This record gives sequence, structure tokens and C-alpha cells, in this order.
Amino acid sequence: MFSLEGKKALVTGATGGLGGEIARALHAQGASVALSGTRAEVLQKLADELGERTAVVPCNLSDAEAVDNLPKAASDALGGLDILISNAGVTRDQLLMRMKDEDWETVIKVNLEAHFRLCRASMRGMMKNRWGRIIGITSVVGVTGNPGQANYAASKAGMIGFSKALAQEIASRGVTVNCVAPGFIASPMTDALNEEQKSAILTKIPAGDLGTGKDIAAACVYLASEEAGYVTGQTLHVNGGMAMI
Amino acid sequence: MSDVFDRVKKIVIEHLDVEEDKVTEKASFIDDLGADSLDNVELVMAFEEEFDIEIPDDAAEHIQTVGDAVKFISEKVG
Repeated sequence: MFSLEGKKALVTGATGGLGGEIARALHAQGASVALSGTRAEVLQKLADELGERTAVVPCNLSDAEAVDNLPKAASDALGGLDILISNAGVTRDQLLMRMKDEDWETVIKVNLEAHFRLCRASMRGMMKNRWGRIIGITSVVGVTGNPGQANYAASKAGMIGFSKALAQEIASRGVTVNCVAPGFIASPMTDALNEEQKSAILTKIPAGDLGTGKDIAAACVYLASEEAGYVTGQTLHVNGGMAMI
Repeated sequence: MSDVFDRVKKIVIEHLDVEEDKVTEKASFIDDLGADSLDNVELVMAFEEEFDIEIPDDAAEHIQTVGDAVKFISEKVG
């Protein structure tokens, strides 16, 4: 089950811990993977590690035109595009009273607008093939909220609503649109938290530990698979029980 | 038969997977050729690409038959 043999996938944010794990998992299931991110040398390193069936397609997600062109670059490199995983994300945490316009705009642009642009540029090919998988990596805070993250929570909640609308538009074409919502996952983003913040978080996670990139990657493999073809417009929460929604 | 008609016909046959003889000027995309609203949008986008023109949304709404499409495109490309 869950073979991705012959499928072609684009993963954004593949320079990060989470994106790297997602790319590895898709690749291990047999998919060809186009790795995107801003740092080409980090992407190349991952591509070298994975070996065959990879392509490196660097992109700055705050550059609208570059984002519009990314799916085509991936498709040209792999010979098609069946699976899109929008994983790239940024945070600019700040209490709202102190939040600058730029903090808001950057987060919305990279986390939400880039997903819209990537979907719009990927969906036609998938619709023509009558097969496609679009997966947005959202966040538990998009559903629960989190103080200091109004911009981030808005972008991630936006991704969920966006996915539900798009799922309804293209379900008849065999293209599913879903989200995976990580809880607290060990990553450079959670490493930035101090010990006090970390232990406060752990008391709220019934599983008693942070999640790993592998936990999220497994959810992506499932949603990308043939077997998940009847699942669309959903958000799969992977959070050790910290929020049961 | 005009060149525009032939090119439109080719796109319609390809996209909607219909028999060639069904694609007449009078054929309605939705009523006769089995298109849904999403097909209509895809067809309009395919016409835009094929003829390198822009079809505004309000014009696209009035393109309901193959003939409508041919007429609109012919006027645009002169």
C-alpha cells in the first residue's frame, strides 16, 4: 500500500527539517521529487543523498513571478507533476499590538499566497491527467490560535479554508486537496523556543513528546497515495493529541 | 469551414473526448457535448492559449456553443 511509484512530486521548503523528511518519505515510496527552497546548495545536498529521481528547483516564495513559474520548472525537470506539497513557511512572531505591516505581509505572502499561486499553476496538468494530489502543510495553531502568532495563525487557517474551496472545485477531476496540520514538531522553528516554553508545551501534549518530521511525512505519503483518493478537503492533525478537532 | 473553427473543434474534441461529428457550430458545450462548468473554464483557457488572446469573464459567460466561441475568437484575431 501507499506506493508512489511513477508519481512526480514538488516539495517546497525542502531545505528545512520537515520538508527534507517529506521529500525523503515520498522518494522512499518511489516518487520522483523536485526539491524547492531558497538555498540551492542545501537542496543539492539532499538531492545527492536521495540519488536518482530528484531535481533541484530553487525558488524564493516571496517572489510572485518565481512562484508562478515553479510548478512548470518542476514539471519540466521531472516530466510531469502529480503531487504538490506546500511545506515552506515562515514565522514573524509578535504580539499584535507590536506587529509591523511587514511581519504580517511576509507571513501571508510566503505561507498563504504562495500556496494559492502554486496550486493555480499546478492544477491544470493534474486535471488533464484526472489525477493529482495537493497537500498544504498548515499548523495546529491555524485552528487553535496562539498568542504572538496572529499572522501565522491567519495564514495557516487561510490555507485550510482555501483547500476546502479548491477541493470542491476540482474533486470531479480526480484531484484531491488536503492539509496536514503538525502540532509541535522538533525543528529549527521549535528549537528557537526556550526551555520554559518547551516544557510548558509538553504539559499540553498527551503523547508527552514533540513530534518528528517523520510523523508528518507519513501523513503526507498517505494523502498523496492512490489509497487516499476519496479523502479531500480534509485536515489531518498530527499532534500527539494536543488538540483533538 | 474556417481555420478558427477547425482549431476550436480540435480543442473541443481533445478536451471533452467527444465524437468529431458532434462538434457542430450549433452544439452547446453543456447541453450537447457533456461539459460541466469547470470544462467551460478549461476550454476558455485552452482557446486563450491556442489563439494568444484574452477572453474576459463576462465574454466567456456568453460563449455557450461552439459557434459562439468561433465568432468571438474570429472577431478578436481579425
